[in-house]
Amino acid sequence: MAKNCHNDLKMKFSVDEEFPDLSLHNNHMAKVLTKDIYGKLRGKSTPSGFTLDDVIQTGVDNPGHPFIMTVGCVAGDEESYEVFKDLLDPIISDRHSGYKPTDKHKTDLNFENLKGGDDLDPNYVLSSRVRTGRSIKGFTLPPHNSRGERRGIEKLSIEALASLEGEFKGKYYPLDGMTDAEQEQLIADHFLFDKPVSPLLTCAGMARDWPDGRGIWHNENKTFLVWVNEEDHLRVISMQKGGNMKEVFRRFCVGLQKIEEIFKKHNHGFMWNEHLGYILTCPSNLGTGLRGGVHVKLPKLSTHAKFEEILNRLRLQKRGTGGVDTASVGGVFDISNADRLGSSEVDQVQMVVDGVKLMVEMEKKLEKGESIDGMIPAQK
Amino acid sequence: MASSFSRILSSKRNVGILSLALGGSVTAALLLHREHVSAGVPVRRRYPASAEYPDLRKHNNCMASNLTPAIYAKLCDKATPNGYTLDQAIQTGVDNPGHPFIKTVGMVAGDEESYEVFADLLDPIIRERHNGYDPNIMKHPTDLDSSKLQSGHFDERYVLSSRVRTGRSIRGLSLPPACSRAERREVERVVVDALAGLKGDLTGRYFSLTQMTEAEQQQLIDDHFLFDKPVSPLLTCAGMARDWPDARGIWHNNEKTFLIWINEEDHTRVISMEKGGNMKRVFERFCRGLKEVERLIQERGWEFMWNERLGYVLTCPSNLGTGLRAGVHVKLPLLSKDPRFSKILNNLRLQKRGTGGVDTAAVGGVFDISNLDRLGHSEVQLVQTVVDGVNYLIECEKRLEKGQDIKVPPPIKSFK
Repeated sequence: MAKNCHNDLKMKFSVDEEFPDLSLHNNHMAKVLTKDIYGKLRGKSTPSGFTLDDVIQTGVDNPGHPFIMTVGCVAGDEESYEVFKDLLDPIISDRHSGYKPTDKHKTDLNFENLKGGDDLDPNYVLSSRVRTGRSIKGFTLPPHNSRGERRGIEKLSIEALASLEGEFKGKYYPLDGMTDAEQEQLIADHFLFDKPVSPLLTCAGMARDWPDGRGIWHNENKTFLVWVNEEDHLRVISMQKGGNMKEVFRRFCVGLQKIEEIFKKHNHGFMWNEHLGYILTCPSNLGTGLRGGVHVKLPKLSTHAKFEEILNRLRLQKRGTGGVDTASVGGVFDISNADRLGSSEVDQVQMVVDGVKLMVEMEKKLEKGESIDGMIPAQK
Repeated sequence: MASSFSRILSSKRNVGILSLALGGSVTAALLLHREHVSAGVPVRRRYPASAEYPDLRKHNNCMASNLTPAIYAKLCDKATPNGYTLDQAIQTGVDNPGHPFIKTVGMVAGDEESYEVFADLLDPIIRERHNGYDPNIMKHPTDLDSSKLQSGHFDERYVLSSRVRTGRSIRGLSLPPACSRAERREVERVVVDALAGLKGDLTGRYFSLTQMTEAEQQQLIDDHFLFDKPVSPLLTCAGMARDWPDARGIWHNNEKTFLIWINEEDHTRVISMEKGGNMKRVFERFCRGLKEVERLIQERGWEFMWNERLGYVLTCPSNLGTGLRAGVHVKLPLLSKDPRFSKILNNLRLQKRGTGGVDTAAVGGVFDISNLDRLGHSEVQLVQTVVDGVNYLIECEKRLEKGQDIKVPPPIKSFK
């Protein structure tokens, strides 16, 4: 383990002197971190030099979020989840509905196991999308990686993606080298990701050296998209207009498995273990890392007194159509699965498909002035 | 400086600057010999320097202009005794390619030793930024004798307010880009403790950002004293906003003419200000207040970071030397539209900013005009430059009002 001078310097001060002031904070890290845990872990460092203070900085700097209870910490590498177990296990448990350190996570990317999902009403469901993230073994994660590592990840990703064929044949656009025309097109397609402005990400160091080593790859049909070096090494997205989630999920599973094979051949498989599933930067994305969702018009249902409760029971989450930090506009919501860890990809997409179908029926009822009391689902 | 070091050795602090010695004797560690300090701990590196070298092709800041691949390769494996690295020091410059109004420095110091360990990069940056000042052969003059200032009463039909600010760092504690929470709290404790000893017209009180009431906060905003969490990416990318608002605060005297910011961009920022054009009085209070604060921290075994190469050591290399920015808010609606305005300012060694601060544009013909230089000239010299220059600008404005022509003054000679 490399000597970490700066961290050793801090050990000259007492725990009380270094412990962050979390009195106004409301995030998972702030709820779990005690002086005892801080004292136990602050002298440690992962082999690549990531420390406890690095893990929690984003949570110290961002006391709370109005729309969603944030995690307040990040991993700097695969080993963070081991070295800082005493902090991360309770956070994982809180965030992932009581998931225990001894639990095992199920991975199921067999799209044929999904029932239905091809008949969501396109008058309400405007678009369907499934995304996940993948981390490449042997590299540290976005909060911590150096420029050399980030470029290494990009190079490997370009090689891997260049070998895809058929419906997955596509092209890579490095952020720092695309023409104005290419940039306009990517914006028009809603593919281009921006330099993060959310302090949740910037305070964790994920925007360093922007746009070096970042880029977007997509297939010719514009239905399968990979982001390189944004919040995770890779974000893989399958999407299309309308409500055919079944097709979106099929393409997602097939594409992902093809990509994984290629990375394995290059001796850099994805970070995964049987306890935490796929390892990603934010503990909230462990497990499947999957967010399957739709943009759906629910102007009446969203103002119904029981909307939140319905979402909760269906294990679904709402966001504005601009992403995690935004509010909804015009009654159109981004509805997606709340769970990531402890259930499989198929399970989670099934919950979205079934739940959205139900909510659209509720919306139709409300439009007719009828009650939906009889339709309130049981807790999933 | 030998006597200052023995004072550090006998102080009551237990920060452990002594234990930062890299083997060898304690006094050897404290003397800033370049070879000794630059032999820092090896930095984790999996890729060669060439793979890590930043892409600076679209950049326009002093760091980008001076960081060659060779210098990067030489320094990228070094760290200061506190563990601060080159990559950390240049991060802000990598993340912020250029600024529309001003050529930024693009690099910060994490501690006093950064200026030694990374001298191969910082020395040329200092030369570029400070008009040719060469820290290897020149000495910086410090002069806080305000009685030497001539005139210094501006025409108040034009000058709305006058202000002098500087920064001071507490020796032995890391700077804002690198400091831990405990170090930052130590800075706060040391400074607030000392300020409690100020008397007379300097008597005042401290408002901690974490503990001020809403009423106090509103009052500080109304007085234009309250500083916000930095939003400028120049500062946030350098890590200066970490743990906000922990250990940050504002101290001011009861008369609201002498103000100290704690743990914003520097350990301390010291500001003397008042409405109107009496720069002489502003500077007098500035010098007196600073000297008094220095005396008070020395009584407690602390001192400011200072050396004769670089003067006062601050976070940003642009603030080395005096760290002094003396300025006015002045109405120059006609002159500012004259195409010769920039040249006139330049020749007078003055700089314009908007009235909102360094990152802003001017509003309504009112400009913030201040000295360009910081290093290589004393405090008295720089404030005199502002006094003479602003008087000249006002003369120009008056002439333009009468439809008369103006002249571009000859450039003030520097040491280049």
